[in-house]
Amino acid sequence: MKRRDFLAASAASALPLACRPKPEFPFSGELVGPDLALGHWLRGGAFPDPDRFEPVSVLVVGGGVAGLSAAWRLAGEGLDDFHVLELEPEPGGTSRSGQNHVSAFPWAAHYIPVPDRGNHAVLRLLQECGVLEGFDAKGDPVFPEEATVRAPEERLFAYGQWWEGLYLRAGASAEDERQYHAFFQEVDRWAAFRDRKGRPAFSIPRSRCSDLPETRALDQLSFEAWLDARGLSSPRLRWLLDYACRDDYGSRLDTTSAWAGLFYFAARKQGPGEDSRPLLTWPQGNGFLIDHLRQVAGARLNCGVMATSIRAEKDGLRVTAWDALNQRRLGFRARRVIFAGPQHVARHVVEGLHSARPASTRIRNAPWMVANLTLRARPKESSFPPAWDNVPRDSEALGYVMATHQSLRDYGPTVWTWYRPFTGPDCDAERARLRALDWPACARMVMDDLRKAHPDLEQLVARLDVMRWGHAMVRSAPGLLWDPDFLALATPFGGVHFAHTELSGLALFEEAQDHGLRAAEEVLMALGHYGRTWR
Amino acid sequence: MDDLPQQPTLRAPLLFISVLLIASCGLIYELVAGTLSSYLLGDSVTQFSTVIGVYLSAMGLGSWLSKFLHRGLARRFVDLELAVALVGGFSAPILFQAFAHTHAFRVVLYAVVLAVGTLVGLEIPILMRILKDQVRFKDLVAGVLTLDYIGALFASLLFPLLLMPKLGLVRTSLLFGLLNAAVGLWSTHLLQSQLGPTRMIRLRCLAVMVLLAVGLGFAGKFTLAVEEEIFADDIVYARDSPYQRIVLTRGRGSFQLFLNGNLQFSSADEYRYHEALVHPAFGLRPDAKRILICGGGDGLAVREVLKHPSVQEVVLVDLDPAMTDMARQQPMVRQLNGASLDDPRVKVINADAMVWLQETTGSPFDLAFVDFPDPNTYALGKLYTSRFYRLLQRRLTDEAMITVQSTSPLMARESFWCIAATMEAAGLKVRPYHLAVPSFGVWGFALASKQDFEVPTHVLPGLRHLSDAATTAMFAFPKDMDRVPVQVNRLDNQVLVHLYAREWRRWS
Repeated sequence: MKRRDFLAASAASALPLACRPKPEFPFSGELVGPDLALGHWLRGGAFPDPDRFEPVSVLVVGGGVAGLSAAWRLAGEGLDDFHVLELEPEPGGTSRSGQNHVSAFPWAAHYIPVPDRGNHAVLRLLQECGVLEGFDAKGDPVFPEEATVRAPEERLFAYGQWWEGLYLRAGASAEDERQYHAFFQEVDRWAAFRDRKGRPAFSIPRSRCSDLPETRALDQLSFEAWLDARGLSSPRLRWLLDYACRDDYGSRLDTTSAWAGLFYFAARKQGPGEDSRPLLTWPQGNGFLIDHLRQVAGARLNCGVMATSIRAEKDGLRVTAWDALNQRRLGFRARRVIFAGPQHVARHVVEGLHSARPASTRIRNAPWMVANLTLRARPKESSFPPAWDNVPRDSEALGYVMATHQSLRDYGPTVWTWYRPFTGPDCDAERARLRALDWPACARMVMDDLRKAHPDLEQLVARLDVMRWGHAMVRSAPGLLWDPDFLALATPFGGVHFAHTELSGLALFEEAQDHGLRAAEEVLMALGHYGRTWR
Repeated sequence: MDDLPQQPTLRAPLLFISVLLIASCGLIYELVAGTLSSYLLGDSVTQFSTVIGVYLSAMGLGSWLSKFLHRGLARRFVDLELAVALVGGFSAPILFQAFAHTHAFRVVLYAVVLAVGTLVGLEIPILMRILKDQVRFKDLVAGVLTLDYIGALFASLLFPLLLMPKLGLVRTSLLFGLLNAAVGLWSTHLLQSQLGPTRMIRLRCLAVMVLLAVGLGFAGKFTLAVEEEIFADDIVYARDSPYQRIVLTRGRGSFQLFLNGNLQFSSADEYRYHEALVHPAFGLRPDAKRILICGGGDGLAVREVLKHPSVQEVVLVDLDPAMTDMARQQPMVRQLNGASLDDPRVKVINADAMVWLQETTGSPFDLAFVDFPDPNTYALGKLYTSRFYRLLQRRLTDEAMITVQSTSPLMARESFWCIAATMEAAGLKVRPYHLAVPSFGVWGFALASKQDFEVPTHVLPGLRHLSDAATTAMFAFPKDMDRVPVQVNRLDNQVLVHLYAREWRRWS
């Protein structure tokens, strides 16, 4: 073979290699739960009955915060004869967390504000978890500094650099500043409000809030209309408030109730004129609290099990379920059921519920995409240093939370949890849009967003995993939160008691816990246990 | 080839001398680029390897390009000398400017190295072709290459022994540029027979020489403006670790360590600082056996600790292996710390001290010395929080003493007292003290213990600065440094970082 022929031949053989498409990203990853297929199977299916129905006092359907809190309450009263059925392989719902060789990390909810002294349930839980240090002379709870978010808490990416805090002070006009203060004066006014029973207008959980017409009227208009009426038009202020709506409700200023918008700020105030309550957080987010609750539930928690029907009969409730892990049908005969799942599932599972309570169809859930990026090293930066929460101003996404911030690791590998709510007005359309995204499309969305602030990020990413939450959080839409038919969804239905954060119209750990405790205490009363309330 | 007629009009032997000179110049430019990039970027192995690689391959490129030059070789040679003189001569000033004012230092670096290398690569082939008609080929090759390599030897010896210490980088590069231009001028004389009219060429040579001479004249000012923009003295060691930039400079009979541009010690007066850090605590616990040092990767605190015969074990926790490696290996630092980190009693752990305290357990320590850089970032600020001092106490005996370097009570009075107040909030009894360290100013420490204690009245004899009387005197605070009310520095507020930045801004 002549030299030239050899070169030509080797060039030709190398050609297919050279033409093979290079992977778009130098890292790998996958789409992780929730199990969309299993969930949607429910809607289609007729399930044959199981051979045997196991008798049980209480069956808790759903192992999220509400279901696990109900179990925690039942176990706390010494009622041990119950099961918790969770569809997913892991409990926790939107407080789920993950763990890899670098750090634990959240899959969604990742903090709670420090509870006030009246929030007994959260204080009790935090005490059990060893987070509550004690109470000060005034009776307010004291938390160790390492439990609350380490400074710097937040930073904002705008004009090509990072700035301290979420409200962009740099370049704000005198009018911007005036409106900023005017808004927070309004918040202070509501923080100081007490009705004749001494109830505040806004408090966490909302069951402690005043129901006076004066406060309920706020739910009749959107947050945007409320701001319009007060002449609060500063773009910076509106950005901050819109961010709050996207962050806590998965909606925008115009699709969020003014009551919910003010709740976000006023319920977190320690008092008029004081700062917002500090936030309690952990590397794995609220997964820290889930870890404790699942321990309490112990072997009574059954994951990968989906309740398929709940029917009231003379001798109690007949529940059928599908054990996806072992591929078998299960049956239970329960004295009471706590349905700790969302209403759009309840109306397919609980017989007769759909026709009796049409209001449940008014609930809208926003879809979210959450990505966890494992980084080999931190990107180089020169402006305001990395914070716990890192938010881009010009983005549909909410930015990322750094898992290693709270564990004090300032160097080397880390995990970033990136959040993006789908805030379009039509939740179903948004959900379809999210479901259509495969891993490369998701990774592209994440990287395109993060690249603006971190141009060199791609080479640092070791893994990028994505969770597509179809029903991540209830939207606090105007007119929903104080609607009597909506509020009635939380009342028992023929032996089935309901617990879920969406029954508050607010997607919060504390709301889920409150409904879990309420439902559990309803059941305890019905079964003849008369203990003191934990709420 | 062997029977070529001799042409006495060309002065071949003298032209061989220019080979010696241009070879020296060529190597100097290469050394300047390599040294400069090692100083500025750190990691000298990479910098020298890449600079030499690019330079040599550029010379190859130049040699190859030489075949495209045909006529007027003598004129081309003079022009070439002037081009090398300009690009090579101004290479150091250009690179310093690029480092100080642009973000594309590496691009400029390799562009300059490529340009100088290509031009230098052209020189020898062209000179050989000029000489080929006067000298027999075997003599030509032997002569030119011999002098080329000898010139390189001259340069490589001159550079570290004479040029760098006496002239510095900028003057060296300009001086050799001048030499290159002089070779050009001299060539107009040697090659006169091939050049034709030489007036314009000589004027050009003179113009280039004047330009370089002016550069040399301003080099003092220029070095001040650019090199000192970065460091006041010559840099003798620089390295970028993943955590910080470590720079060692030398000047006026002492040397200094900088971390991220902040002075950590000067060899002239560090004994004052380190004696004050270590010995007062020992004055109260003269029989301390197990010692913890957080930070202090330079090994200087360890040196003081090891003066106490009671010491059986020293654990030093420093974030950066690059720092502790340098303290062990860099000859000047190793001499200053007395090779303390290689003492068999010393155990070096490279970890973030706070994470280490949080995640490990072990036998309690009798004394702890906390010697971190000042809290000018959040990552450093966390090491001054009440949480840190609580974590630290978990690893100490009940009688243990703690000493914390706590910035200047004069320049950053609130920061200083914030550290003391934070230690108190963590349950410690604190007695702050201070002394003068000329290269820092008035400097402060906080001596603390879980139990009440009296100020030390006795220190180890034979120290350079501290005596018994001087030790006690450090604990008295004059009015302008006395206690001020401050907030406690907590993990969730990190007030100290803000306080510190605000206070030091006044002095810079």
